[in-house]
Amino acid sequence: MTKSHIELTINGKKVEALVEPRTLLIHFLREQQNLTGAHIGCDTGHCGACTVDMDDMSVKSCMTFAVQAHGTEITTIEGVAHADGTLSALQEGFRMMHGLQCGFCTPGMILRAHRLLQENPTPTEDEIRHGISGNLCRCTGYVNIVKSIQYAAAKINGTPFQEAAE
Amino acid sequence: MNDQTKIDQDRAERTEKLQGMGCKRKRVEDVRFTQGKGSYVDDLKLPGMLFGDFVRSPHAHARIKSIDTSRAKALPGVVAVLTAADLKPLGLHYMPTLAGDVQAVLAEEKVLFQNQEVAFVIAEDRYIASDATELVDVEYEALPCIVDPFKSMLPDAPILREDIQDKMEGAHGPRKHPNHIFEWKIGDKEATDAVFANADVTIKEMLVDHRTHPSPLETCQSVASFDKVKGELTLWGTFQAPHVIRTVVSLISGLPEHKIHVIAPDIGGGFGNKVGAYAGYVCSVVGSIVLGVPVKWVEDRMENLSATSFARDYHMTTELAATKDGRIQAMRVHVLADHGAFDACADPSKWPAGFMNICTGSYDIPTAHLAVDGVYTNKASGGVAYRCSFRVTEAAFAIERAVELLAQKLGMDAAELRIKNFIKPEQFPYQSALGWEYDSGDYHTAMKKAMDTIGYTELREEQAKKREAFKRGETRELMGIGISFFTEIVGAGPAKNCDILGIAMFDSAEIRIHPTGSVIARMGTKSQGQGHETTYAQIIATEIGIPADDIMVEEGNTDTAPYGLGTYGSRSTPVAGAATAVAARKIKAKAQMIAAHMMEVHEGDLEWDVDRFRVKGLPEKFKTMKEIAWAAYNAPPPNMEPGLEAVNYYEPPNMTYPFGAYFCVMDIDVDTGVAKTRRFYALDDCGTRINPMIIEGQVHGGLTEAFACAMGQEIRYDEQGNVMGASFMDFFLPTAVETPHWETDHTVTPSPHHPIGAKGVGESPHVGGVPCFSNAVNDAYAFLGAGHIQMPHDAWRLWTVGEKLGLHT
Repeated sequence: MTKSHIELTINGKKVEALVEPRTLLIHFLREQQNLTGAHIGCDTGHCGACTVDMDDMSVKSCMTFAVQAHGTEITTIEGVAHADGTLSALQEGFRMMHGLQCGFCTPGMILRAHRLLQENPTPTEDEIRHGISGNLCRCTGYVNIVKSIQYAAAKINGTPFQEAAE
Repeated sequence: MNDQTKIDQDRAERTEKLQGMGCKRKRVEDVRFTQGKGSYVDDLKLPGMLFGDFVRSPHAHARIKSIDTSRAKALPGVVAVLTAADLKPLGLHYMPTLAGDVQAVLAEEKVLFQNQEVAFVIAEDRYIASDATELVDVEYEALPCIVDPFKSMLPDAPILREDIQDKMEGAHGPRKHPNHIFEWKIGDKEATDAVFANADVTIKEMLVDHRTHPSPLETCQSVASFDKVKGELTLWGTFQAPHVIRTVVSLISGLPEHKIHVIAPDIGGGFGNKVGAYAGYVCSVVGSIVLGVPVKWVEDRMENLSATSFARDYHMTTELAATKDGRIQAMRVHVLADHGAFDACADPSKWPAGFMNICTGSYDIPTAHLAVDGVYTNKASGGVAYRCSFRVTEAAFAIERAVELLAQKLGMDAAELRIKNFIKPEQFPYQSALGWEYDSGDYHTAMKKAMDTIGYTELREEQAKKREAFKRGETRELMGIGISFFTEIVGAGPAKNCDILGIAMFDSAEIRIHPTGSVIARMGTKSQGQGHETTYAQIIATEIGIPADDIMVEEGNTDTAPYGLGTYGSRSTPVAGAATAVAARKIKAKAQMIAAHMMEVHEGDLEWDVDRFRVKGLPEKFKTMKEIAWAAYNAPPPNMEPGLEAVNYYEPPNMTYPFGAYFCVMDIDVDTGVAKTRRFYALDDCGTRINPMIIEGQVHGGLTEAFACAMGQEIRYDEQGNVMGASFMDFFLPTAVETPHWETDHTVTPSPHHPIGAKGVGESPHVGGVPCFSNAVNDAYAFLGAGHIQMPHDAWRLWTVGEKLGLHT
């Protein structure tokens, strides 16, 4: 099959590649770029495990062709930690608030939460729940994911975060 | 500050540093998972690796007339296409199931359910493999199919399993019909029938625990790599029980077990889906052996939901007999169990219906009888324990719905009826009518705490007012109060009761202390998100006084980990957790001898103090575990082997019996059928608590899966056996928006036989949650004379309830 030439930026790094027109972005990232953080959970765009950030939008990379990413800037979970290797506020929040269990949805969930907090730095609980409703988690029941995002928002905004009592 | 305060403070500081049992230690797994550095099966990339994909049957029941693979093989990039004809000479076209049946790996003469595996295409990448599946030409002759299990054993029913039609003696006794799998009976039938014949009050209801699917977010997958020169096979896969998989692979392939390296890396959720063996695992292995290169198999979501193991599909005729004043005297249950096309339940061998005989629940019911008939239908095989010990959700659903129906008939409050019939604290260990010995429990205390916290009396008052208002036409909302007081049975199990393929269901731990006092520990279980790397280290930290952060826990590599039966049925903490404590205590005993030698005192003169042995009465004279570890390798006592390590294979004396009191308050819009959970309160008693943060997380997750099952999740078939909705578009997985808020609470009744008193918790919320939601819905409609409303309670079905009751104008 004829391949298309694409150029894009992934986690701040310029990337050039040849891809088949039908290659999905998730397979391009995982198999050609060895960025295996984003996962495939459903193949139909429902679960959000494949969520990455593309040109400041949350994108389900299993519903996007790699050629559509030509000329874009993509952030994956591998590009979320601080340059010095310390965890970002969201990554820290998920760990501190037990916002993950098997870890399979986590990269997509964190990328979605990252965009949500860019769009709305002080979301209410309800806004967080709606904001992540395109991402499914089978393990946590979401309560602690919501807390994780609240923790991160507070940390980013420099406001106090009080964990609700059990 | 006086001396004692100083000593206490010092001890508290040292204890805190250990991050041992009882503390909310943050998870070590999260460091890699939050950075996308987990390593799941599909992340694995090996040089020359090929990719396999299945050709699947479009029919539920059909004869295969011919299979032509020539067009597929001609596609550039396709390396091989396997069919039953290729597997048959190897004896691999069928594989044994854990339930004593056999299951087709690739269909030979017939297909028995839609999406059954027919051929396996192996190609250079997953796109070409997928293309080629479309080019395999299979000619079918459609046959009449059986979807309704109640039609399986009709005299004129089509025979499904022609491969075993002459074998009327099954793995669990005689079969009554070619489509019958087993009949399993327990209890005293005569005595039970006699009680029912003379009872004041009886209830009888068909309670359906419908077919659903565990659907972890990561599907089932494997990578097989066969080294022809060494004759060794390495198999990575989504295995909840990697050691059992190694044994199964050895038995069916003929490869010696020491030349098989099974590795379960990080697993993206299991919930029972990843216990059994699947055709994809076998085909990736065969592909790699035949081709000499690695072969990967990754199922997609539709394949996962429609072809790998389903859960439930229990049709339970449930009866209770009671006195007028509400004393339950007997229980009688008959289950029709739909197992699909092959009996691929993942139960211990002697238990074809799992632990369904825990169905007398939390109540002192003196007489009971249970009979289960398993039948074949043209549906996917399975019957796995979806986030529960074997068939325990089904059992809890039966008893907890039945108690509510009895309360309604007696005109008694449902909580009061439960309390009246609870097993009393002084009755433990309690011998149940259906054969179990409950280890410990204090149901009355748990129930009282739950009722007080939720404000039960006030809720019933509010409900009474709302019902009056509804009757007066002032509201269109129905309020339901759901109760569930469940008892689980987990931690299989004693060897006398439980084995898988003849291997007793022990579990294991191996702990090795390095000279510098850091630790590697390996267990026979396998976490799929439960946080074992965190919690096992906490057990060891408390037992031997080395900080949890200095303890690395490893599971899943069958070359390095001791043999174990794996993680399902909440057995990790009860069994491998016990092994961990026992192995740690062996190390501590040796450490005491070394410490005595180091300080030139008698062993008996030493006492344990958090992280050290000290001389009794001379607290300043001590040796820390770290110092002892160094000495173990450099200056052990004369005649003692150097080193500091221990192994324990733990054979539990009994199972453990966690329990809980759950309450749900629900408001249902009678015109739309939309149900809103106003409150959900879950009190769990799982004995000693290792990490309260992780327990709470497990409860949240289990409740969410219970909510899904009760309120909409279903694998449904049409009359032709077409699976309806095998994608996340139709299969209900709740998002953050629908999922209720969870309130958690606990009491602690330790298990008397477990070394640290822990009982296991991962599945309790699912077991208790499903009946609680269903009871809330049923309670909402009860005063309108709705009778028992079957699950799942999605808005459409609840709307139809209102419609049938004439509530819509």
